[in-house]
Amino acid sequence: MFVGSVIIRTCRRKGCDMKRRDLLKNIILFIPVSGAFRATIQAAQANSDLNGYHPENHYYGMGIEVAKCIGCGKCIEACKIENNVPREPFFFRTWVERYIIKKDSSVAVESIHTGGKQPKETIEEKDILRSFFVPKTCNQCANPPCVQVCPVGATFSTDDGVVLVDRDRCIGCRYCIQACPFGARYLHPQTRTADKCTFCYHRVVKGLLPACVEVCPTQARIFGDLRSRASELVRFQRMNKIHVLKPYLNTEPKVYYSGLDGVVN
Amino acid sequence: MPKKVPEQIIRLGIVISIIFGSVALTLYLLPPALKDKPFHRRSTILAETAKPIQFAGSNACADCHDDKYQQKKTGYHRNLSCETCHGPAAEHAADPITIKPFVARERRGCPTCHEYDPSRPTGFPQINPTIHNPLQPCVTCHNPHDPVPPRTPEECAACHAGIVRTKAISSHALVACTTCHTVPEKHKITPRIIRPTKPETRDFCGKCHAKGAPVVDAPKIDLSTHWEKYVCWQCHYPHLPAERL
Repeated sequence: MFVGSVIIRTCRRKGCDMKRRDLLKNIILFIPVSGAFRATIQAAQANSDLNGYHPENHYYGMGIEVAKCIGCGKCIEACKIENNVPREPFFFRTWVERYIIKKDSSVAVESIHTGGKQPKETIEEKDILRSFFVPKTCNQCANPPCVQVCPVGATFSTDDGVVLVDRDRCIGCRYCIQACPFGARYLHPQTRTADKCTFCYHRVVKGLLPACVEVCPTQARIFGDLRSRASELVRFQRMNKIHVLKPYLNTEPKVYYSGLDGVVN
Repeated sequence: MPKKVPEQIIRLGIVISIIFGSVALTLYLLPPALKDKPFHRRSTILAETAKPIQFAGSNACADCHDDKYQQKKTGYHRNLSCETCHGPAAEHAADPITIKPFVARERRGCPTCHEYDPSRPTGFPQINPTIHNPLQPCVTCHNPHDPVPPRTPEECAACHAGIVRTKAISSHALVACTTCHTVPEKHKITPRIIRPTKPETRDFCGKCHAKGAPVVDAPKIDLSTHWEKYVCWQCHYPHLPAERL
């Protein structure tokens, strides 16, 4: 229909006398021709550009061993450097939460900051029953609610299981930020578009580890390919009791936790 | 008598069927490859993969700095990536002469991980930076590529300060750590691989606390009747025995 209106408009401007029959003929001809054209281009593009990387052969996930995290915040810093995330502590693609369970069984949670003062709770050490850090990031859900709600289709899952945002399409409506049950998205203050963890997609396709995994000093984060039985992540899943965040929401997260405490949500 | 269907209705019917037909074609007949990967996804993936890399990865470092790599490989920092401490070094890898990565020679760097924090996992080496050799850069005593204590600590308190402090105010204050724990000499060098022993049986505590034991001032119980299905430390914390768990 769009093509038809274009033709009609050009006709009017040029004053030509195209018959309705010609118009219909053109439209009917246009559909298969354009389809074939597009298919050719797609076929040509399919194996170029990514330097021999085939997304359909991979399916990425992350493992997190809670007991190993020392809360140093190196992952947060590295992520900000690698991905141009604003330096302010309230913008982050990945973050680390400190859980303090007190002897009266109340729970205090805070997101740790890097560089500068910690917003430390005034909890006496003798009141602490147990305490630990939980690294969090986008869960790259297999069934992502953020993708469902996007009104313009700007966010989508890739073949290798990473949820990406198209910065040119995103209109900054914040629906996805609201829809994410894990709070993994934020509105980038410069581009005014939604931004989130991409598993460092630009590194992964080149065979490098995501920046947070690369710098983690205690191997609390494990990155790997779920399609490969030899990957570290599959080994991690084999050797540990695994839990995911908010399993009851059926978003099927691909960030797997071992040793996750029941109070974490 | 049935009237002939007017020409314009037939035409309208044809147009409608074409519209429905094309919708059906796109929905059911076209192969998925032709429709569900729109161009904009491809362009997003290309834009995403074109982003510059900041962290070169530790394999890149090992190419030139093999000496440091070999030294680090056997030490406690063997699993650390170089860029954890030295910061992003992809630019340095591309232009090693003019661009130098960050080298942490001050005291600031190490406490990021090694400052005492109650939320950190037990056994992770931690210090209190205000009392641990104040103002001295860590590298004067510790080699960050192969970190070990500069000299073997003589007292248990060097690492187990919390337990020693607790024990000091308990009724076990005068009992030495080695009374209950046998400490292999190698525990001081590889503390988390070679571990001291711990008491395993009720009879161990019974050596002082059983009826008729030679230690006079220890409280006595009858081992055969006193909660005989449990081991002592399920109820009594040995480093602070007065406080029942």
